[in-house]
Amino acid sequence: MEAIQQLTLHRELPHQPDKPALTLQDVCVRYNGSGAEALSQISLRVEKGERIAIVGPNGAGKSTLFNLIVGSLRPTSGEVHLFGHQPSGHICIGYVPQRSQIDWRFPVTVKELVMMGRVGKIGLLRWPRKRDWEMVQHCLERVNAAHLAHKQIGELSGGQQQRVFIARALAQEAEFLLLDEPLTGLDVPNQEAIFTILDSLRPDGVTVLVATHDLNLAAARFDQILLLNHRVIAYGAAATILTTPNLLAAYGGHIHLVHAGDETLVLADTCCEH
Amino acid sequence: MTWLLDPLQYTFIVRGLLAALIVGIVCPVIGSYIVLRGMSFLGDALAHAILPGIVAAYFLGWPLFLGALVAGVGTALAIGFVTEKGEIKEDTAIGVFFAGMFALGIAMLSTRRNYSVDLTHILFGNLLGVSPTDLLASAVLGVLVILVVLLFYKEFLVISFDPLLATTLRLPSRFFRYLLLILLAVTIVVALQTVGVALMLAMLVTPAAAAYQLTHRLHWMMLVASAIGGFSGVAGVYLSYYINIASGPAVVLVATGIFILTFLFAPRRGLLWRYQ
Repeated sequence: MEAIQQLTLHRELPHQPDKPALTLQDVCVRYNGSGAEALSQISLRVEKGERIAIVGPNGAGKSTLFNLIVGSLRPTSGEVHLFGHQPSGHICIGYVPQRSQIDWRFPVTVKELVMMGRVGKIGLLRWPRKRDWEMVQHCLERVNAAHLAHKQIGELSGGQQQRVFIARALAQEAEFLLLDEPLTGLDVPNQEAIFTILDSLRPDGVTVLVATHDLNLAAARFDQILLLNHRVIAYGAAATILTTPNLLAAYGGHIHLVHAGDETLVLADTCCEH
Repeated sequence: MTWLLDPLQYTFIVRGLLAALIVGIVCPVIGSYIVLRGMSFLGDALAHAILPGIVAAYFLGWPLFLGALVAGVGTALAIGFVTEKGEIKEDTAIGVFFAGMFALGIAMLSTRRNYSVDLTHILFGNLLGVSPTDLLASAVLGVLVILVVLLFYKEFLVISFDPLLATTLRLPSRFFRYLLLILLAVTIVVALQTVGVALMLAMLVTPAAAAYQLTHRLHWMMLVASAIGGFSGVAGVYLSYYINIASGPAVVLVATGIFILTFLFAPRRGLLWRYQ
């Protein structure tokens, strides 16, 4: 029994308050079998509570970057730190996968899905307690999905699917939230609903990283934009980094800049593969 | 009623019935994970790959499940190792080891004089030859498998549904992956005498697949699958008694029939429901 208990995850390390939410230092990732680097010399720093959009063409290394932050992948070289520790020292990293990666026919209800976020806190050999179910209910209310609690996940609309997965990250008490293409395929009201939820996380100081194809939303709704194409093309506020040279460097031939009067229209043809 | 009670005058049939019931209940619990994770091929492979372990244990007088466990887990580790270190895909690695281990088992078995009888029993089961000791061992191992699933139910759920969530929750994923393989190997041993290696996959997958059509929560899927499996086991033995066919295939055929019914008629998910 003791041996099993040691496998539990209460190795969680305390956050170092003076450290930024995320730092990457000279991170390189090279996958076995291919010579090219998926990520090359990535250095960046994200402060607690910031909301960052990660933008780049398909295959730019966004998923690789997410896997590094989650801790499911170790860098070939360089260092990844969250709140001053390696990712494996945290159970506060919430990950909302792309909807296309989920088996929506899996036999779980919304309530059970959100409870999955509690599994780390509950610990091995224990069943969810009343407190955990109350937490689940509360998180569903926060994303305006309490009425969906007993539905099978496949019965949800796209926007609802996205929201209940965010509820799962809230149930995990995530302080660092990664969302992979949460806006893709959603209409404007559903996108707005997501932003309303993300706004409600601000007072708690939750740091949010969002991979997106939508440059307009990235520019309008995020504190910083990370332009990524295997390396950091640019990182900063939209006004300073969304320049023609940067976009051309990020998207290469896949982008068209159309000058219409005073405005620049950006057309990216790598968008929306779903 | 006499047709129900008639076969029960033979104790070997009663033991066969109980064995089929146990197998029918236990297999679909693990089978549900196999269906949901899409690891049917691995399940079939492990069912074959345990053969040399069983034969070796039989020769040495060890408990059969120990031999099966060593061979099953060893094969799973080898498949994992070759996939990780080499450049070949997992299903190819499974294919290589599955056939190789099975060949080793048959080669070992062929040194025996009553080779063909033993082989038939291992391939297709010997339900009516279940001894009281076999029955007891099946019951104990079956209860053990179900207890472990209950203990780690929420962890297995997370790892089956979303491995990346398991990573962020810092669950010991590798431990649970191997625990599931060990449970699978034990389940295979429990079912070996009932349906044999060749039809093992049916007991793991078919009732679970039928239940998948009928339920939308994992624990209900497991319960319904066990009910279907248990019924198939008992009905199969009766079928085998009355129309004089081999018992293992009879059990599997009943389960297959139930699957076809659910595939056609299941509310909302069934074929007819969707095209009405």
